[in-house]
Amino acid sequence: MTAPAVLLRGGRLVDPTQKLDQIGDLLISDGRIEAFGRVGEVRRDGDALDTVDCTGRIVSPGFVDVHCHLREPGREEVETIATGARAAAAGGFTAVCAMPNTDPVTDNQAAVGFIIRQANRAGAARVFPIGAISIGQQGKTLAEFGEMVGAGAVAVSDDGKPVVSAQLMRTALEYARTFGIPVADHCEEPTLAANGAMNEGIVSARLGLKGIPSEAEEIMAIRDILLARRTGGHIHLCHMSTRGSVELIRWGKERGINVTAEACPHHLSLTEEAVEGYDTNAKMNPPLRTADDVVALQEAVRDGTIDVIATDHAPHHYDEKEREFADAPNGIVGLETALAVNLTWLVHGGVMDVTTLIDRMACTPARLFKLPGGTLRRGSVADVTVFDPDAEWTVDPARFVSKGRNSPYAGRALRGVVELTLVDGRVIHRRREASTQGTRPPR
Amino acid sequence: MSAAGALGKDLLGLEDLSGDQIRLILDTAEPFKEISERAIKKVPTLRGSTIVNLFFEASTRTRVSFEFAEKRLSADTVNVASSGSSVSKGETLVDTARNLEAMRIDMVVIRHGASGAARFLAERIESNVINAGDGTHEHPTQGLLDMLTLRDNFGRLDGIKVCICGDVLHSRVARSNIWGLRKMGAEVAVCGPRSLLPNAIGEFGVTVFEHIEDAIQWADALNILRLQLERMHAGYIPSLREYNRVFGVSRERLERAPKDLLILHPGPMNRGVEIDSDVADGPHSVILDQVTNGVAVRMAVLYLLAGGRPELAEAAKGGGR
Amino acid sequence: MLEISVSADHIPAMPTRQTTVLDARAMDRALRRMADEIVEHNDGTDDLIIVGIQRRGVQLAARLVSHIKDRESVDVPSGALDITLYRDDLQTVGPRPVVGPTDLPWAIDGKHVVIVDDVLYTGRTVRAALDELADFGRPRRIGLAVLIDRGGRELPIQPDVVGKTMEIGGGERIDVMVEELDGKDAVVVAATGDA
Repeated sequence: MTAPAVLLRGGRLVDPTQKLDQIGDLLISDGRIEAFGRVGEVRRDGDALDTVDCTGRIVSPGFVDVHCHLREPGREEVETIATGARAAAAGGFTAVCAMPNTDPVTDNQAAVGFIIRQANRAGAARVFPIGAISIGQQGKTLAEFGEMVGAGAVAVSDDGKPVVSAQLMRTALEYARTFGIPVADHCEEPTLAANGAMNEGIVSARLGLKGIPSEAEEIMAIRDILLARRTGGHIHLCHMSTRGSVELIRWGKERGINVTAEACPHHLSLTEEAVEGYDTNAKMNPPLRTADDVVALQEAVRDGTIDVIATDHAPHHYDEKEREFADAPNGIVGLETALAVNLTWLVHGGVMDVTTLIDRMACTPARLFKLPGGTLRRGSVADVTVFDPDAEWTVDPARFVSKGRNSPYAGRALRGVVELTLVDGRVIHRRREASTQGTRPPR
Repeated sequence: MSAAGALGKDLLGLEDLSGDQIRLILDTAEPFKEISERAIKKVPTLRGSTIVNLFFEASTRTRVSFEFAEKRLSADTVNVASSGSSVSKGETLVDTARNLEAMRIDMVVIRHGASGAARFLAERIESNVINAGDGTHEHPTQGLLDMLTLRDNFGRLDGIKVCICGDVLHSRVARSNIWGLRKMGAEVAVCGPRSLLPNAIGEFGVTVFEHIEDAIQWADALNILRLQLERMHAGYIPSLREYNRVFGVSRERLERAPKDLLILHPGPMNRGVEIDSDVADGPHSVILDQVTNGVAVRMAVLYLLAGGRPELAEAAKGGGR
Repeated sequence: MLEISVSADHIPAMPTRQTTVLDARAMDRALRRMADEIVEHNDGTDDLIIVGIQRRGVQLAARLVSHIKDRESVDVPSGALDITLYRDDLQTVGPRPVVGPTDLPWAIDGKHVVIVDDVLYTGRTVRAALDELADFGRPRRIGLAVLIDRGGRELPIQPDVVGKTMEIGGGERIDVMVEELDGKDAVVVAATGDA
């Protein structure tokens, strides 16, 4: 059953892939972008047309999150593929890539196929599985990249854990070349980072918590960049968090090495000071760093040294987080706050314009991981997000679509609300009526 | 003392030979093929010569092939199988060399697990030394018999396109083939996962195909290397099953080729891993011809290396009919 | 293409003096007579196999077979033998001689094999040919036909059919040339300048 045609009228159409930024109408039919143009110019005769008034909103390609944890199979009480895909939709994401540190680990074609089936059943955001680099993510034996890609995997990663063996990373980069997929690494030198709970610095010293020095990330980052140079493979560095890492990535790119990188909204907005009071909702890996690191990361996202913004959405159960700081698990949710955090700190904060933000959240992620969408070109799939860049709201995790509530932004006032999310031209999220979100009347 | 013939004292690898020398060996191998078709498969050419087959690595097919070559030339052969411990490998080889020297052996055929072992031996003894495979360095007689088989089928080597498929990184057969074929003007490519190709493969003068389908579209012949279980255990590839799915030469894949591809394999084959049975036993497989040619090539090499003594040649000048 | 050809044949060196002892016509007459003699010794063509020794013996054998065909209207089977691998001087001759093709697809047991060569000198080539034939089977009889017998035997070997007998001195050589390889038919004697 095909969705009815949709006309998004009067919004600000922003698509960096076409250098498009104009007020206009966008017509979607048969799941594809059919046409766009100036207000009133786009017509469609014939059958029913769903018209949405987008005045004052931005109409952009749907966001693509290349790094999130959906916890299924294994931890369905904390999140399922269905709840995660719907949370993504609520955050304006039309596609997410699910990391394989599930239980059991997604290291074979049957597991990859399972995730895809569950996502299709959910019918919300697209879910693209990332396969494990090693069997069980044990860091010893290569997983069958070919089989996993054949079943639908778009990349490989042992995220959750670093790839400790340089030889394994080298082989993974070489072997992945046959299938044209990136190898994504969680950069953490295990002996330096062992037992660390937050960034090593003045705050950890005061709070008496063991710190994780920035070198733990940078040592692995440069190792991976050098191996990418040797092998000609594509290394994608996950959740970069330090100025030093940014400089190493810049070094690599200057030399034409195929290295790409992501940064998370929390590393672009919060510092280690958020841990004050031992708030476990500010505990994640890599940890929040210093203000100087935040500035370096923001600048890197702006100039493209960091290619994409990804959420590293990592739900945990309330009980797990409700523990002594050192014992609490790492990770925060992020799908439903990503847009607002990025708009508030980066766009309204004057670091970059919204066009650049849309590129880092939608266009480049889709391009790097060879996914559909990420553009409003005529004929491409109608994965579209409509959002209000200015509407203010207060974050209340109790109202999240995700099962996870572990967010450091609880109670904060942010700007930016997702109004409508479409996948294949089908509405998968519509902003709720009469909510505390947004000061404008809902559509 | 053996004189240096057209090939020198030893055959250590194809990288050191010129195109003319390779051509000489292939041309010389032709008449030797006929001897293996006779009822009495023997000529008296190396009568009285003593040849030692010194095999530090277990090998049935290569050793037996050399043995037939030696016996069909009427030489006296002795097989020595030895497993030097990895710690004392070098020492054992030196002692062995001295012992052979003391016994006045004419020729030594050596297979050893260390690259360079054949040269090591050749530099220390007067006897002719033939490399039957040293580590991952070279296996020259295999390269030669592969080229002879290709030449038999195509009538030439110049300009034909040969793709070597599989674990090139660890393969002495691949290296000998690459050096030999390029010297004879053939176009050479390799195909396999990057984790099984030398990082510097770009400097070998070969084309690299990431996908077997592309190699099949390009090549006139495929030389399919054996994939060893140890590679999986050492982590270069995830599993033999995936290797077969992604890189295996199957009938379905060959059917999409624009022409009939000649299929070679140095053996022994892992049926269902790098090569499917219906390809190995199919109409374009010349794998058994390779075995036949192997004996002829080895006879030719033994014949050419066992050169005469120049001082007696001077004295004998004018002798003849 | 550079050919390394150190062969068992006499390589006609550039002679200082060269005398033609048989021209093409004389050679042809001799070969016809030899063909007749071979058939006569065999009382016909039954069980006859003519085997030429590489290289020029092969061409001469072909001529003989052709002459026998003219006379007797019979195709006598023929073959070629390369005796390089059976030489008794392989260890001393220096760089390895090129091995030519041997083609003897006939069963020779119980047959009358006639070996054909261009020049008979020391007899060592024929001895090698006899050894090689022994590896192929056991003929009833082996005969020897040569175009030129130049004397100088080192082994007790004699020909059954001869084209021409000549005494050649130590400082001279005699070469048979055939059209197929040398562009003309002739037998020439030249001084080689070797002492």
